Amino acid sequence: MLSKVQQLGRSTISVLERLGRGFLFFIQLIAALPNVVTRAPLLVQQLYSIGVLSFLIIFVSGLFVGMVLGLQGYYTLIDFGAEESLGVMVSLSLVRELGPVVTALLFAGRAGSALTAEIGLMKATEQLSGMEMMAVDPIKRIVAPRFWAGVISMPLLAAIFSAIGVVGGYIVGVGLLGIDAGAFWSQMQSKVDLTEDILNGVIKSIVFGVVVSWIAVYEGYDAIPTSEGVSRATTRTVVHSALAVLALDFMLTALMFGE
Amino acid sequence: MHKKSVEIWVGLFMVVAIAALFFLSMQVSSLNKFSVDSGYTIEASFENVGGLKVRSPVSVSGVKVGRVEAISYDMENFEARVTLLIDNKYDAFPEDTSASIFTSGLLGEQYISLEPGGSDEVLKSGDQIKLVQSAVILEQLIGQFLFSKADE
Amino acid sequence: MSKQNSTTPLIEIRGLTFSRGERVIFDDIDMDIARGEVTTIMGPSGTGKTTLLRLIGGQLRPDSGSIRVDGEEVTTLSRRALYQLRKRMGMLFQSGALLTDMTVYENVAFPLREHTKLSPSMIRNLVLMKLEAVGLRGARELMPSELSGGMARRVAMARAIALDPMMIMYDEPFTGQDPISMGVLVSLIRKLNSALGLSSIVVSHDVAEATEIADHVYLISNGKVVEHGTPEQLNNSTSPWVKQFLKGEPDGPVPFHFEAGDYLDDLLEGPADAK
Repeated sequence: MLSKVQQLGRSTISVLERLGRGFLFFIQLIAALPNVVTRAPLLVQQLYSIGVLSFLIIFVSGLFVGMVLGLQGYYTLIDFGAEESLGVMVSLSLVRELGPVVTALLFAGRAGSALTAEIGLMKATEQLSGMEMMAVDPIKRIVAPRFWAGVISMPLLAAIFSAIGVVGGYIVGVGLLGIDAGAFWSQMQSKVDLTEDILNGVIKSIVFGVVVSWIAVYEGYDAIPTSEGVSRATTRTVVHSALAVLALDFMLTALMFGE
Repeated sequence: MHKKSVEIWVGLFMVVAIAALFFLSMQVSSLNKFSVDSGYTIEASFENVGGLKVRSPVSVSGVKVGRVEAISYDMENFEARVTLLIDNKYDAFPEDTSASIFTSGLLGEQYISLEPGGSDEVLKSGDQIKLVQSAVILEQLIGQFLFSKADE
Repeated sequence: MSKQNSTTPLIEIRGLTFSRGERVIFDDIDMDIARGEVTTIMGPSGTGKTTLLRLIGGQLRPDSGSIRVDGEEVTTLSRRALYQLRKRMGMLFQSGALLTDMTVYENVAFPLREHTKLSPSMIRNLVLMKLEAVGLRGARELMPSELSGGMARRVAMARAIALDPMMIMYDEPFTGQDPISMGVLVSLIRKLNSALGLSSIVVSHDVAEATEIADHVYLISNGKVVEHGTPEQLNNSTSPWVKQFLKGEPDGPVPFHFEAGDYLDDLLEGPADAK
């Protein structure tokens, strides 16, 4: 019995320790922002491998999610004779929830895991230590540009996701199912608010960008420097990011749309 | 190094992302339809506002001319006070214009409909609409109907 | 360049104690590393030779004791000062630790680009000079993944000398090399040491190569300095442990058997679940 209690205590302490180190690491990343800004080429390189290379999966997923929403929404709304509201339904679901959340989940799988693996492997092959011994701070040179590129990419990718999703809903609703295009757009425009919906969606995706990028680079930097340790860290990145995004989404939704 | 193509791709990515944001704010939301700043406010007091909410539309003859800015309760008259924000384009409603709360469709949302009167005086910012008709509450209607049936 | 006069040792270690958890890696050791010499640190695997290099480089902090590098106390140096000091130290990791996403040329240019504001043509000249010194000028467009282990270490050497340091630390430079690349590395370490006026610290357990290039040898075991001196002095040492280590005998003061009970008793006892 006592050993169970001790076990619980030990794991609590180790979780808290990890959180604490992660938080200090986060502060270092924030403090490294001036270095990232003054060395723009490094940031651009990372925007490419994090943002541009995630574009295709975001584009395709956004299109299909929008089309499915259009189809499902149509069959539900037609029972109430309210199929003209399809545009509202599709755009609000995308802008408020699905855009930021699905983008963050895809981002964790596509870019987050790659970040963890890259940084973890650099640690395992002593590249990070080697850099330290060359008097180059690996957090400023390697980790911070990746983190900030992730923070910048996430809201942009989420905006692309939502925009493409709305187009997907339009293709299905107006193109295939024959809803009036004017009603589709005008209902959408009268119900979707710039600050209430779109700005809140963007704020959500910025928060997700910070959290997912932070988890990804921290897991890589903190990984046990063996191939097994790196592969475990990669898995943890995806799992922890997904859980963090969903939990945070609930809290942010309650805060923003609760009233 | 293929630095140049990296830069081009990142540039394109930025353009597409900004276009997406632009699309969301201009086409999906109503930014281009009605701007908050360019309006004047008038007030109306209702006995019951029903399901009327802040941001509900205000229309005349079915055309949207503004929206509900605020709803509060007036402790002096024991009525709900609704502030309407009307687009500056529509600045010459007669003073005896009436305001009613209607429902769009059977289950749709509630909105305020204005009906211009015949006065030569014009409503100005901060004025009060005197002729009002409260929201129709379905339960009350049914209740009245049942009572009248019972009386027969 | 050096702040101290050339007669004082480059590195002075006094009373260094370092432990990882329960395990004591270094127990109150003293060491002097002379300027302009090649000093070899030898010892069995797992005695913390690499840890010693990390302590000197300030990547780890000791439990107690002092480490002075060129007169500066590494253990208490601020982060900024430590980074300044590290610009004057080169370190060669066992794997080479080349940056895998850059070419050989970019790898050698890396410390120059990070720490100097030299013009591209100056950097090019310096990089080619350093690569020529290790005989790999022709390999400058290759990626690290295309290099053999020995070549990767030579590139790492070129990178380590890019900023003209006062010293280089080599972590197991000979491990896993074929005889030819081993010979190349041995002659390179000697050559760089005399040509550039460096001081070198070589951590190794390859006895033949390590004693061949060394001016001074330290033998470490169980957290203590067992013996030190010139290679000749060590060869003439009377300590049985030193003899066993240098000659590579399987049995001696370091027993062949892991600590165990009596063999016969163990056999007769039978499997534990048979009782």
